[in-house]
Amino acid sequence: MSIIVSAKDLNLYYGAFQALIDVCLDIPEKEITALIGPSGCGKSTFLKTLNRMNDLIPGVKITGELTYHGENIYNGGLDVTVLRKNIGMVFQKPNPFPMSIYDNIAYGPRLHGKLKKAALDDLVERSLKGAVLWDEVKDRLKKSAMGLSGGQQQRLCIARALSVEPDVLLMDEPTSALDPASTAKIEDLMSELKKNYTVVIVTHNMQQAARISDRTAFFLVGVLVEVGQTNDVFSIPRDKRTEDYISGRFG
Amino acid sequence: MKAKAAVERIMGSVFFVCGMVTIVAVLGITAYLIISGIPAIREIGLVDFLFGQVWQSTASEPLFGIMPFILTSVYGTLGACLIGVPVGLMTAVFLAKVASPKVAAVVNTAVELLAGIPSVVYGLIGMIVLVPAVMRFFQLKNGTSLFAAIIVLAVMILPSIISVARTALVSVPGEYEEASFALGATKMETIFRVSIPAAKSGIAAGIVLGIGRAIGEAMAVMMVAGNVANMPELFKSVSFLTTAITKEMAYAPTGSLRQQALFSIALVLYVFIMLINTILNAFLKRREKP
Amino acid sequence: MRWGVATPSRNKKLSARRRISGGLLKGIVFLCAGVTVALLVGLLGFILYHGLGNINWAFLTTARSALKNTIGIFPNILFTLYIIITALLISLPIGVGASIYLNEYASHKRLARMIEFTAETLTGIPSIIFGLVGYLFFCRMLGLGASILSGALTLVVMVLPIIVRTTQEALKTVPDSYREGAVALGATKWYMIRTIILPSSLDGIVGGCILAIGRIVGESAALIFTAGVGYQLVTNYFQALGTSGGTLSVALYVYVYEQGEFEAGYGIAAILVMIVLLVNFATKLVKKKFKRI
Repeated sequence: MSIIVSAKDLNLYYGAFQALIDVCLDIPEKEITALIGPSGCGKSTFLKTLNRMNDLIPGVKITGELTYHGENIYNGGLDVTVLRKNIGMVFQKPNPFPMSIYDNIAYGPRLHGKLKKAALDDLVERSLKGAVLWDEVKDRLKKSAMGLSGGQQQRLCIARALSVEPDVLLMDEPTSALDPASTAKIEDLMSELKKNYTVVIVTHNMQQAARISDRTAFFLVGVLVEVGQTNDVFSIPRDKRTEDYISGRFG
Repeated sequence: MKAKAAVERIMGSVFFVCGMVTIVAVLGITAYLIISGIPAIREIGLVDFLFGQVWQSTASEPLFGIMPFILTSVYGTLGACLIGVPVGLMTAVFLAKVASPKVAAVVNTAVELLAGIPSVVYGLIGMIVLVPAVMRFFQLKNGTSLFAAIIVLAVMILPSIISVARTALVSVPGEYEEASFALGATKMETIFRVSIPAAKSGIAAGIVLGIGRAIGEAMAVMMVAGNVANMPELFKSVSFLTTAITKEMAYAPTGSLRQQALFSIALVLYVFIMLINTILNAFLKRREKP
Repeated sequence: MRWGVATPSRNKKLSARRRISGGLLKGIVFLCAGVTVALLVGLLGFILYHGLGNINWAFLTTARSALKNTIGIFPNILFTLYIIITALLISLPIGVGASIYLNEYASHKRLARMIEFTAETLTGIPSIIFGLVGYLFFCRMLGLGASILSGALTLVVMVLPIIVRTTQEALKTVPDSYREGAVALGATKWYMIRTIILPSSLDGIVGGCILAIGRIVGESAALIFTAGVGYQLVTNYFQALGTSGGTLSVALYVYVYEQGEFEAGYGIAAILVMIVLLVNFATKLVKKKFKRI
């Protein structure tokens, strides 16, 4: 098992407020790592440091070390566009572009290099198949993505993230805006995805974390309290606070 | 108690009457233009009037063809858009997406002030600076031309385009842009491939608004276009629909066919404007319910 | 590589093509914003540079004298003021009334939409059309001739949508709880409007007035044939209503375009530009002042 992303003594400040405090966390390859914790605990913030989406917020300051394949993410070297191509992201609310289904998927590949029409068609098909959406949309690729259902839109967003061939897929509460049936589909899809990708998922839903993840990390007020195999964290938590949280005493 | 109820009823009717004023005004203007515009068209003949290429209102055998005015207005407006739309759109991008809030506030004030400068001031500068410059640069005998009018109009429509396009760009949901960044797009790629396409109805509305402004402008154009009823050519003196009205208004004797014909020109201009308004409303409505 | 597709190589840097096209676009965006600002600075600078020198006490306080061959714009200043006062006196009550009807009364949704639609339509109609119809209706049909009153009445219709819009925006921000509170206390609707709605929408009304003044001061095409181009001094307001008088903008047009009096034109242009600056500043002030409350 090799480590693909590694954080060491990571601190993040929004102006004067410190949102992450000395976080040390290794993300192993081709596993699902779940980040859990109450609202405002820093789990989403941590997720967004991995592909530098926090850069978009003014006043953010980051110290410590964060590496991807041993390469420092924040210290030059790796261009942010390259980083984001390799570390894809799926958001809480499905956010397809207001364009056709085809153009949504082709968007990323078109950015990163010119492809022949046939190669692009092929890539679109495989991305949609990878997100188990192909059969539902193959006859209406030129139709607007806004016409899809919420669950389909979220799978489209997953397909869009896959289209640029990342290693790592970050998912920020990807099912919180969806109904149970769509959620189940996405969860099935995730266990499929981990064969090829490293997945880091933020979730509010502890059952979801327990069901799908290999490892679980528990955050509380900016501190990484505990991390371990999901089974261990849920059955024999080492920290009292973790136990309180997963047994539903707060949060 | 009764007096109170009476006051209530009276005030209710007063407000109702106030509300009706805009409706009455639009209906009145429309009716007036139709009633005063029709007679000359009847006498001249609709086809001869609209498609006639010669306007000689003062000749002994007068000709009243307004094709030169129509084409000049259309070409002038298109030309102004050709220059004003790219500059306006890019400035809107700057304001909405690129500039820091402080810089944006300064540029925004500049745009508001440009919108507030009276037509006659634009005309004055056009006359004194632009027309001689056009004459020297293109080595013409006379700088008053369609080209000069296009430049003045391009500047005059900038504020409308900028402010509407800016609003449209600002209201593009942040999620679209986030998604684009997360796929490894740069800021400029995100703006040009996601934000602008997503704001296209609003941007179109801004352009249509600009078209309306350009086609309806009279005084500034009057001062730089030369006002000769030529078929439009870039470096010739030309007359727009609006300037034809302004010019004829000053000289046509009351009740003459010549004066009635100018009312008909106004009717044609009005029809153009109403068409543009309809298109504008369609775009604005589309933006409301994406 | 996983799918064996020709993916771009794993560069650590943004490709040169993307870097250059991004830089180019950014350059164009900055250039265009720069052009917009430069246009304004150039226009203002040019007008003020050439105009301020032509403004002096005599220019501002005398009328044109053929005898002394001097140009003074005092009558035009007065005419402008008279037209502003007259147009606002009429359009303000109507505009505020219309927006109150729209916001507080209109139970007919279709009628309300019709009013809003026609107000928008009025905003889109070119000044020259207003001038022509104003001439036909006020000057000829009502027999008012080319006079300050005809001009002001024409402008009433033009500025009405501005006042309706700004007032309505302000009315919309008055919370419904105010209305409910007043009605719960047994106030009649008119009493509620008079004591609660109108005072709390004062910012919109004032803002609308300022914008309307800006519009009136800059207007020329709608006035030249309705209010005329007169330049004789008439100090009595009621007498002026019946006489032909050119506002500053109209005077600028006449002096420059018809008489080639460029110095006077520059002087008037500088005054107009300063009024534009003032109107913009006042609008910002009103917005700021009322936001603080």
